[in-house]
Amino acid sequence: MNDRLTILQLTDAAGSRAASAPGRAGSAEASAAVASAPGSASAGVDAATDAVARYALGLGDDALVLAQRLGEWIANAPELEEDVALGNIGLDLLGHARALLTYAGSAWGRTEDDLAYFREEAQFQSRWLFELPNGPDGGRDFAFTILRQLIASLYFGALYRRLASSSDETLAAIAAKAVKEVAYHAEHATLWTLRLGLGTDESHRRMTRALADLWPFMGELFAPDPAVRALVAAGIDTVAVAPESLCDEVLAVVGSVLEDSGLAVPEVPFLQGGGRLGRHSEQFGRLVGEMQLLARAHPGATW
Amino acid sequence: MTVLLEREARPRPVDPARAALWDAAATVLDPELPVLTIADLGMLRGVEFDGDVAVVRITPTYSGCPAIEAIRADIVAALAEIDQPARVEVVLSPAWTTDWMSADGRRKLQQYGIAPPRRRDAGGVVALGLGVRCPQCGSLHTRELSRYGSTSCKALWQCQSCGEPFDRFKEL
Repeated sequence: MNDRLTILQLTDAAGSRAASAPGRAGSAEASAAVASAPGSASAGVDAATDAVARYALGLGDDALVLAQRLGEWIANAPELEEDVALGNIGLDLLGHARALLTYAGSAWGRTEDDLAYFREEAQFQSRWLFELPNGPDGGRDFAFTILRQLIASLYFGALYRRLASSSDETLAAIAAKAVKEVAYHAEHATLWTLRLGLGTDESHRRMTRALADLWPFMGELFAPDPAVRALVAAGIDTVAVAPESLCDEVLAVVGSVLEDSGLAVPEVPFLQGGGRLGRHSEQFGRLVGEMQLLARAHPGATW
Repeated sequence: MTVLLEREARPRPVDPARAALWDAAATVLDPELPVLTIADLGMLRGVEFDGDVAVVRITPTYSGCPAIEAIRADIVAALAEIDQPARVEVVLSPAWTTDWMSADGRRKLQQYGIAPPRRRDAGGVVALGLGVRCPQCGSLHTRELSRYGSTSCKALWQCQSCGEPFDRFKEL
């Protein structure tokens, strides 16, 4: 991440908060008025309010933490093409995280780097599904990563499709961009799930085990989010997507891929989770330590 | 749904002062695809004056595109050549689509050995692969080796007629 703040500006955000999507033709002219604050890092973008920033922070942390986990596959995947694929998927997620954390930080005068590198473990809001190591017992297992990608990508797809019509224009823009990339991630995970689920006895066995390990962590994706509740309590119910509202859709699409792949939905209950409250596993400390090491050793360094 | 037309992707200003800014910024190449300019790609979204400073707006192809910082620096350098101080702003909306790639850009990509993206209708799902033409020999007898190639925007393909592997620019 770069210290120079990436400016997230909506071309048609000029003045009007109301959705004026039809008739984009004039947007270049309309946006002329936007960039009129010389020297201001956030020219043209309204800073997030504290309540919206808290919501964006949770979403950004989910993407950031999964990106970090995917990065661990580089030079370790079963084949070179998968090093590249998982690395590129992680890079897309990092892009979403940068946009979301930049926006969240705009409420508090903090940059994306401040938030990614200079928060303590308990300040991260990421859900547990994303921070789990890449395989059982802290090891690396491709079946485990593919199934996590399947759940994560189908969840992100459902989330961002809905968030793209958020009344918050910045969140809507980030989501509209992400949804197209996440479609490729879901396709990648789906193709592998089919291949491994219907593959050899070994691949089927490992997919079944990974599924049983992962399934309990899905529940947290649909658990109430304090940041969403706070927004709704403040009478703002058009900004965020309530996690509960995604449950049926995501379970249906994940279940359908599993069924096509000859894999049964495990009979195990969902875990409570606690990522949005800053509660994390022991392994999360190591992930954060590795992610932050360079930035903390050389504060303020840029490329 | 707004149909994303090519002309909307490249609203080259009509007044000479801003057109000069546009033309300077439009010379910047994508470092990952050094045959295409940011204008060919449809990444260049607009140019304005903010007092004496030029403001160039670009949109990333992918959210995590690592080339964006290099492109940002190259734009400032390109405008410095016409003695124009500039700053670059990255816009996310509307989201970039391969439909904004110019016909010229598609041709250059093909000549460079990368199969260009097909056009897709706005708001559609990821297009079905019904045959990608080999940029080397023109055969349609090709297959995908990996959905992710050297960058997020490309997939790795191989021609089964001439045997050559090639990159294919994915539709987005």
